Amino acid sequence: MKILTGNDLKTGAVVWWDGREWSLHVEDAVDAGDDADRILATETAACRVNGGYAIDAAPGPDGRARPAHIKDRIRALGPTVRPDLTLKPADPEAGTWVI
Amino acid sequence: MYKYDNYDQAMVDARVEEFRDQTRRRIEGHLTDDQFKPLRLKNGLYLQLHAYMLRVAIPYGTFNSVQMRKLADIARRYDRGYGHFTTRQNIQYNWIKLEEAPDLLAELATVEMHAIQTSGESIRNVSADQYAGAAADEICDSRPWAEVIRQMTTFMPEFSYLPRKFKIALIASQEDRAALRWHDFAIRIVKNEAGETGFECYAGGGMGRTPILAVKVADFVPPTQILSYLEAVLRVWNRNARRDNIHKQRMKILVHELGEAEFIRQVEAEFAHILTLDHDFPQAEFDRVAAYFAPPAWETGLSDEIDRSDPDFALWVDSQVVAHKAPGYAIANISLKPVGGIPGDISAEQMDLVADLADKYSFGEIRATHAQNLVLPHVRKSDLPALWAELNAAGLGEANLDLVTDIIACPGLDYCSLANARSIPVAQKIAERFADPARQRDLGELKIKISGCINACGHHHAGHIGILGVDRKGTENYQLLLGGSGAEDASHAKIVGPGFDEAGIVDALERAVEHYRTVREPGERFLDTYRRVGMDGFKEAIYG
Repeated sequence: MKILTGNDLKTGAVVWWDGREWSLHVEDAVDAGDDADRILATETAACRVNGGYAIDAAPGPDGRARPAHIKDRIRALGPTVRPDLTLKPADPEAGTWVI
Repeated sequence: MYKYDNYDQAMVDARVEEFRDQTRRRIEGHLTDDQFKPLRLKNGLYLQLHAYMLRVAIPYGTFNSVQMRKLADIARRYDRGYGHFTTRQNIQYNWIKLEEAPDLLAELATVEMHAIQTSGESIRNVSADQYAGAAADEICDSRPWAEVIRQMTTFMPEFSYLPRKFKIALIASQEDRAALRWHDFAIRIVKNEAGETGFECYAGGGMGRTPILAVKVADFVPPTQILSYLEAVLRVWNRNARRDNIHKQRMKILVHELGEAEFIRQVEAEFAHILTLDHDFPQAEFDRVAAYFAPPAWETGLSDEIDRSDPDFALWVDSQVVAHKAPGYAIANISLKPVGGIPGDISAEQMDLVADLADKYSFGEIRATHAQNLVLPHVRKSDLPALWAELNAAGLGEANLDLVTDIIACPGLDYCSLANARSIPVAQKIAERFADPARQRDLGELKIKISGCINACGHHHAGHIGILGVDRKGTENYQLLLGGSGAEDASHAKIVGPGFDEAGIVDALERAVEHYRTVREPGERFLDTYRRVGMDGFKEAIYG
């Protein structure tokens, strides 16, 4: 599956395309399929996302998207060396999801 | 240290307002990302893996307690409570919001700081010996010259759109504490037989995907002509650089492709031409700048004795304290490498403490080192026990300067959008493996440097042991290198063989270290042994 990511223009936060708008949580990401280029062009032009791009992902055991590359998984969660600053500071399994 | 005059302050303030307007136009959609990117980069604002990152310049690594408190304040108000000292004596923040960046820059300007030319194709922050102005072995304070070069290279129109970045370093001692020959242009201040001061110049060094050591291009440039000489070097590069290929644009490639002799010939021709224009800076202007770097009011008649009755304190002194030029004083290094910590990271609370300690013990002066540590340059020896006690209580009392746990590491894939592999977890695992202080001291000087990609921000080419993280089909992999140095015996490290995974690289490194212990001769550092016995024995020990 292809999912879309980028950064929020004002805050720089990593965001994911959920089919309607941009979410902070990769769990919300949906398969953009053949619409990836069109969505990115529209959203970039409207300044709703900065530096957007499409990445490969695969459904995890829960059916939600898990980016194929470790770089995007770290983007999705946060720095592995500062779990307190990630999106899931209390989840002991978060690191396993990344690596 | 240097104080802004009205022109400096007006320029920095104007730049903040210019960036505020650029940011507003970007947020309102009047500028595209492609249009805005070079503008934000000229103000040190990157877009990294998780957020915007701001790199703040600390010219030649010198700053003061007021500035450190402001950096702490910024860490709390605009970031997430910490900062990261870099391998170019700067500090960067990892969680900056674009909409707040202009306000942050305005805050920095109130303490004579900025982020100008910390990114992009520009002349970057000038780096220097972190002990300048205090070191017992320097022939003069190199910082007035660094400041003159900073002023010359800031906003210089001719060099605003260089082929690539350009890094300058300078020192005034035989010991090289600034990785001189790894810079595009470097200066060692020397004295000739007549006792006159001059500049020995090097050009064409750099790390990245093509590591090259700078070559000596001038033996003795008179001080008042150094800006003209630098201008000539920049002009030859700017004129001839390979702008068609991003990987061949650095000056090291030009020096390599032209050949040392032809490069020097062109520089000297350009230099001779510039000298005819008679626009070198006047001595009076240098004297004006140099006056800001007058030594602090060191007390006289102080004792050189240090009470070493506390064994832990004695270990810290042996590791962290360096000879000062003034009797009764010492240079104190503050380690930002606690075992298990993140190299170069410092919390806002620790920043405030260091500022307080600088006021209390070091005339308010602080230095940042390219090895990602801090320095209090002017501490009375009699104050060292109290300083150590306060540092220790705050987790800043590690005694590991230049030891196996004093690791340089770039932010790597945990923060950097260019990285291929994480650097910090590898540094942490190595530090934990070698945490025993006695083992560290037994191994002696051993500089480990880790980069998460070929750009080499972690200086892996210059490591006694270097580690390079690469991407192997989506998996982190680490190459081991041996034999590099960033010091006066500069050399670039060589890859040992096939790479390792994250756990394997720590084991491989330990096997290399144990081989050193087995074959070393008395007094030999790891690097000395490697140079004496060569790669083969290490390779066999590592791979079996």
